[in-house]
Amino acid sequence: MSDGKYIPKSKLAQWFDSRLPLLTLSHHLREYPTPKNLNYWWTFGGILTFFLIAQIVTGIILAMHYVAHVDHAFESVEHIMRDVNYGWLIRYAHANGASMFFLAVYIHIFRGLFYGSYKSPREMIWITGLIIYLLMMATAFMGYVLPWGQMSFWGATVITNLFSAIPLFGENVTEWLWGGFSVDNPTLIRFYSLHYLFPFLIFGLVVLHIWALHVPGNNNPVGIDVKKNSEETMPFHPYMVMKDFLSLFAFLIIFLWFVFFAPNFLGHPDNYIEANPLVTPSHIVPEWYLLPFYAILRAIPSKLGGVIFMFASIFILIALPWLDTSKVRSSVFRPIYRKFFWVLVVTVILLGYLGAKPPEGIYLILARIATAYYFIHFLVLLPLLGRYEKTDPLPMSISDPVLNQPSLIDKFKKSAAQYEGDNVDSFK
Amino acid sequence: MSEEIKPKRRDFLFTATYTIGAVGLGLAIWPLVDQMNPDSSVKALSTTEVDISSVELGKTITVLWRGKPIFIRRRTKKEIDEAAGVDLKDLKDPQKDSDRAKNPEWLVMVGVCTHLGCVPLGNKGEYNGWFCPCHGSHYDTSGRVRKGPAPNNLEIPKYEFLDNNTIKIG
Repeated sequence: MSDGKYIPKSKLAQWFDSRLPLLTLSHHLREYPTPKNLNYWWTFGGILTFFLIAQIVTGIILAMHYVAHVDHAFESVEHIMRDVNYGWLIRYAHANGASMFFLAVYIHIFRGLFYGSYKSPREMIWITGLIIYLLMMATAFMGYVLPWGQMSFWGATVITNLFSAIPLFGENVTEWLWGGFSVDNPTLIRFYSLHYLFPFLIFGLVVLHIWALHVPGNNNPVGIDVKKNSEETMPFHPYMVMKDFLSLFAFLIIFLWFVFFAPNFLGHPDNYIEANPLVTPSHIVPEWYLLPFYAILRAIPSKLGGVIFMFASIFILIALPWLDTSKVRSSVFRPIYRKFFWVLVVTVILLGYLGAKPPEGIYLILARIATAYYFIHFLVLLPLLGRYEKTDPLPMSISDPVLNQPSLIDKFKKSAAQYEGDNVDSFK
Repeated sequence: MSEEIKPKRRDFLFTATYTIGAVGLGLAIWPLVDQMNPDSSVKALSTTEVDISSVELGKTITVLWRGKPIFIRRRTKKEIDEAAGVDLKDLKDPQKDSDRAKNPEWLVMVGVCTHLGCVPLGNKGEYNGWFCPCHGSHYDTSGRVRKGPAPNNLEIPKYEFLDNNTIKIG
């Protein structure tokens, strides 16, 4: 990294650090230079790290009381809720923690989209992030199956059946996933095993994600390169750490409000009915964070087509750094892209709303339009904008947008004049 | 010059080693993958015998076979005529009713929507057959898909009439 070679003070620390450079790592993490203009949208990485750890801790505790067997799973979850000391709290924190995790990750992703954080030289941060997101969705889906309620069972049935759309091998793949001819005990046990494994894979990928971040350093709201270790950056600790904490605590208020006052608001009542393979609930919906993809799946009037478009809607994001050819990172200086960005946000929220509605009439028509727009945004609009958009002039430094505002400078000079008399020029 | 391009003895040994190594790795991984396929105990439960003597005309019973619901419907004359009278050109997955029901009065099929695996509801939908509540597929009185995202007709399992009152599924 750009910071100079670190040498611990004491002899003992030097002995240790030359054999296992943990102190050097810790020094790097503290001194890591961050652009001084990062705003609160940059605090969600910290929030996500907190939720990953919180999910792992609550999850390991739940695993001490849960029984992964079709005859006992539903009962054991009720046992956690009713008998285990604070079991209700830990389970509600885990269930709502998943929702908060996704809320934070969506904000994190859209921040990247707005400020062009996926662009060169940060493509690998973006791609490792997307792999984390895919693993998160798989983990959340398998976790939702474990309580073995009606939504668990039928959600698992519908999602695993997506793979039956694969030509030729579809049937074999689904039977392989199920370990039988339908979702049953073998399926539950393997989902439990993988639900326990995946968070640790995510953890490993988070390490890679942060490693990839620390090579070029943070993007910033202005989107131009900063000079590291100059007056344009600040050490991560304590400045960003404190900012991240403030943001985290504000976010925790929302989280705890759900946990204590509306723990089932984001869930579905049908999941408190034990799984019954003979009766499908009249209205199956996935968890809210998967709804936009569910809407895309249902918008395409063909089984294979729906599955292809649904997966494509995620995988298309991997190509984003190359689809968006504009050299300007931040939307602040891209007047047309900025408008389309908000249209995309509205489109995704609309898709989420439509995913919760029955696929008929106006809902279906809107879902088709929104799906088409989603793909047009990435495949048509972005390449065209990269070529034809007239971007605003970029400032020379990240300080310019603040310092070059005459009104701000006047204000500063006025207050400075009170102390310094007319000799204010010494400030600039 | 030409000597450098010529593969050496050592190159052959490397290639041979990689090849054997890859085959060995594949063989070692296969049990780890195959263990997830349906096991012997699951496959052993592959037949079910059902007593159908108590099913009245126009009624359906649902039994569980391999973890999946099986619909056994005693169809009315009207339903049979409707199913037989359909022009095959109107069907997404053309199949004659006589190929689907060995005995026209009894329709035996897997009650799992061929779209994404939900259980369709009986006596519903635009064709008086079955209707899947999940994504809106309509099936007719022969269980053939008529509308919606499902690609195929409801599956007919392997079954036989052991006597007038008993069906063996599987």
